[in-house]
Amino acid sequence: MSDVREAIARAHHDEWARVIASLTRRFGDLDIAEEAAAEAFAAAVERWPADGVPPNPGAWLTTTANRKAIDRIRRENKRDDKHKEARMVYDDPPEPVGAIDDDRLRLIFTCCHPALAMQTRVALTLRMVGGLTVPEIARAYLVAESAMGQRITRAKAKIKAARIPYRVPSAEDLPARVSGVLAVLYLVFNEGYLATGPDTDPLRPDLTIEAIRLTRLIRALMPGDGEVAGLLALMLLTEARRTARVSAGGELVPPTEQNRGAWDTGLIAEGHRLVRERLAAAAAGVAPGRYQILAAINAVHTSARDIRDTDWSQVLALYDQLVRLDSSPIIALNRAVAVAELDGPQVALAAVDRLEDTLTGYHAYHATRADLLRRLGQSRQACAAYDKAIELAGNTAETAYLTRRRDQLR
Amino acid sequence: MQYLVSVIDDKSNPGSTDRRPAISAFNERLIAEGYWVFAGGLADTDAATVIDNRGEQAVFSDGPFVESKEYLAGVWVWEAPDLDVALKLAAEASKVCDRKIEVRPFQ
Repeated sequence: MSDVREAIARAHHDEWARVIASLTRRFGDLDIAEEAAAEAFAAAVERWPADGVPPNPGAWLTTTANRKAIDRIRRENKRDDKHKEARMVYDDPPEPVGAIDDDRLRLIFTCCHPALAMQTRVALTLRMVGGLTVPEIARAYLVAESAMGQRITRAKAKIKAARIPYRVPSAEDLPARVSGVLAVLYLVFNEGYLATGPDTDPLRPDLTIEAIRLTRLIRALMPGDGEVAGLLALMLLTEARRTARVSAGGELVPPTEQNRGAWDTGLIAEGHRLVRERLAAAAAGVAPGRYQILAAINAVHTSARDIRDTDWSQVLALYDQLVRLDSSPIIALNRAVAVAELDGPQVALAAVDRLEDTLTGYHAYHATRADLLRRLGQSRQACAAYDKAIELAGNTAETAYLTRRRDQLR
Repeated sequence: MQYLVSVIDDKSNPGSTDRRPAISAFNERLIAEGYWVFAGGLADTDAATVIDNRGEQAVFSDGPFVESKEYLAGVWVWEAPDLDVALKLAAEASKVCDRKIEVRPFQ
């Protein structure tokens, strides 16, 4: 019995996106695909315990879902010209199998279309590609179930009404569109990595694990894309340190104090492999994008057995490369942390202070200043900076850590 | 699929006024490539009149139905196979007109 439950869970994990994608392709309607897929999984829950798990669960689910969809269309008498007219557009005939021809890729690009609001893209991707239920997504983002349901319904309606196409973008548009997809996945990951909200767990492994799973899927579909590999590596190297990042008392543990023995060596090895793959590509003349550089920085950090072994000049060189690509003040702030290790907190503080205009509303700006001021022995100013950081921080574990640090100075 | 493509101007920060030749050239291209259905620039919103004849008597009011900083300066109707094609053209239109563009599908 538990074997069957496990088989259903595994099938849901492995087959949901495939079933949705192939139904969307066939019926040209996300709504029909979503409902029919849900019904097919419900049928599996009902029938598999009695009939046994079919030899090919994916095929069983697709066939069942297809039948459910046809039933619905018949029921609603939608098989008229009007329905045909409303079909989504996709490039027909399909490109040769191989390259990047997979309906799931079409599905991902549709869910992450730039004409949809960012939050909508996140919700739609988690629902259609990730297979999370509406209540699960609503809980993840602390919104009412009805509001989340409406957001997804409106998105499906817009896709249909505005004819957002169901296809892999042209080669010319692909880099921009891929980076749009990666932004969605990184957003999901980051909410799990540093969850916001007073009533939320500080870490949300459900979200980080889901983001990694979806990024792995895209990596399998687009193995040649360097930024996809970079983002996956970045996520793996970050996730590897998850359990070491929060203490038993629910306090964020800074990298300097983390128990490196608690890091997940399997994830680190996999992340390092991906970074090496990208380094080889860079050596061959392919300029790395921001995710690849961020992954490389994390590879340096995770290569040090002890914080004192960190190759800070390598970290700084990578940040310099990143700054040339992306002049955002947040990157400049992170670069200053490496500067502090190489040139001392005084030099780093001067660099951080230059960012005040743009980052004054950002908790990490004040937390970084507080730490540098503390190291310089300027306790009173450090306390004030900690106060500001605590006021702005949204993560409970981070607030706990900052509060302890501040109180030590008093 | 037809899209209403609205050109949005801003009273406090209007787009440049020398766009006419560029817009004409862009229109020629829309026609040649089969996207063009209709186009028209609009007079100032001061020239608008709103009529409400839902009651016993028609009521006229001077000016647009909604007063705002941003207003509709002109419209196109395009025939395009999907939103990606329409958005690509709209991105060019925004440059050509030096104004924001809204793309909205017809039902």
